[in-house]
Amino acid sequence: MGQKFLMKGNEAIAEAAIRNGCIHFFGYPITPQTEVSAYMSKVLPKIGGTFLQAESEIAAINMVLGASSCGVRAMTSSSSPGISLKSEGVSYIAGSDLPCVILNVMRGGPGLGGIQPSQSDYWQATKALGHGDFQLLVFAPATVQEIVNLMGTAFDLAEKYRMPALILADGMLGQMMEPVEFPEKKTELPARPWATTGTKEKRKPNIINSLYLKPDELERTVVERFERYDVIKENEVRVEEYLTEDAEYIVVAYGATARVVRSAVESARAQGIKAGLIRPITLWPFPEKTIANAAKRVKSMLTVEMSMGQMVEDVRLAVNGMCGVSFFGRTGGIVPTPAEVLHEICKLAGGAE
Amino acid sequence: MAVHMLIAGFGGQGVLFAGKIVAYTGMIEEKQVSWLPSYGPEMRGGTANCSVCIDEKPIGCPIVLEPQTLIVMNRPSYDKFVDAVAPGGIMIYDSTLIDAECSRTDITVAAVPATKMANDNGLHGLSNIIMLGQTLKQTQFCSLDVLKEAMKKCIPPRKQHLLEPNLKALQLGYEYSC
Repeated sequence: MGQKFLMKGNEAIAEAAIRNGCIHFFGYPITPQTEVSAYMSKVLPKIGGTFLQAESEIAAINMVLGASSCGVRAMTSSSSPGISLKSEGVSYIAGSDLPCVILNVMRGGPGLGGIQPSQSDYWQATKALGHGDFQLLVFAPATVQEIVNLMGTAFDLAEKYRMPALILADGMLGQMMEPVEFPEKKTELPARPWATTGTKEKRKPNIINSLYLKPDELERTVVERFERYDVIKENEVRVEEYLTEDAEYIVVAYGATARVVRSAVESARAQGIKAGLIRPITLWPFPEKTIANAAKRVKSMLTVEMSMGQMVEDVRLAVNGMCGVSFFGRTGGIVPTPAEVLHEICKLAGGAE
Repeated sequence: MAVHMLIAGFGGQGVLFAGKIVAYTGMIEEKQVSWLPSYGPEMRGGTANCSVCIDEKPIGCPIVLEPQTLIVMNRPSYDKFVDAVAPGGIMIYDSTLIDAECSRTDITVAAVPATKMANDNGLHGLSNIIMLGQTLKQTQFCSLDVLKEAMKKCIPPRKQHLLEPNLKALQLGYEYSC
């Protein structure tokens, strides 16, 4: 840490990846995350890394699979439609127990949708970014500094648990500039004894594979993976609480939306409404316990998203009927305003309408 | 002081660059800062804008919907944002390009013929900086020295020859009396 830089979220994430020892990047341009590729293309060739603009998103994610198999830190990035294309490769990476980092700078959907900020890929990220029984570690930063901080965490945990990690950002975070500090460059990375680095005739060959034709064998690998997931759920949940201690009304929001909500919560407090914010930083594992504990003491909860209501389902599962959970969202690239969220909080508190 | 500023105009007028300079003043003063551009097709010659927030506490919503300060450099942006300015706020507009009578009495309005001033003084393309100079005079969001330092940081080493005309434009805008 030390010097501060004023940087776009997209550029900061690229720099953070490089400082965390990821010097192999495979991508394909798409708004609003193209600056990630642009930054990587400028820096990586000069430091002995790989910048490769693939022929498609599908090719890029499979190059990540290959690079990760060989034991290096690798990443790819895209925005919503491009992430859909990557889903097959993501499933193969999960099935091969390989670490990697994937960045999704979400834009409005479905289809080609639009290019403005959105959070409508929550289900995709947390439930099914590809076929099969698997999860990704999903991180949802809310500031450019947090993007930088989570980048190292994402790589470290992806390697610790041998699974893909996804940074779920949105167009607003990708495009905005904020002052950031970077960690020192990582020079020593954890050993990867499983990687296909050549046996030198001193050990048995390592095999990276996701094909198991015997059902009992496949079941065993999946069950083993889910045992790891249980450890993750126990140890890796990250969540921020803001003004929740005495709150009667709690808003749950993540990413850029949480910033809008933070402003609204402050305005509500100024009006004498005891509002608070729970901001999941990991979307998987989801901060179920924090939300369940809060549900016991509040009058009701509100979930705000840039979608038609996706995370709200996980909030309701965690709340499990202990209090009411309402939803407010804008979609298609529209960012909810603090005034709109304040209005919703006032409605809960019986102040408006 | 906290800054809640929206800068709007045509793509190419240096709207985003002016915003970046403002953002740097916050960094120099070690405050919390956010700079958020409009992005997309409007960057290519249509309307462009950027939101800049500077505060002592963490910035919540980085989108400036009700600006305390609006710098506006073309007519479409004027029409779009004039009613958004927070009561008690200020709007500084380029009167060379915007022929308008603002009917709002609850805000301060400053007309600066910035494009004409730039052209008359051999400072083509620096109307954005002239506007910034006047904004500084009107709002004192930071000191002139801090703004100059921010400007130096925003101009890359290979373009240092542009520093002098930029400083000249800043001074010109600052000294203009509406």
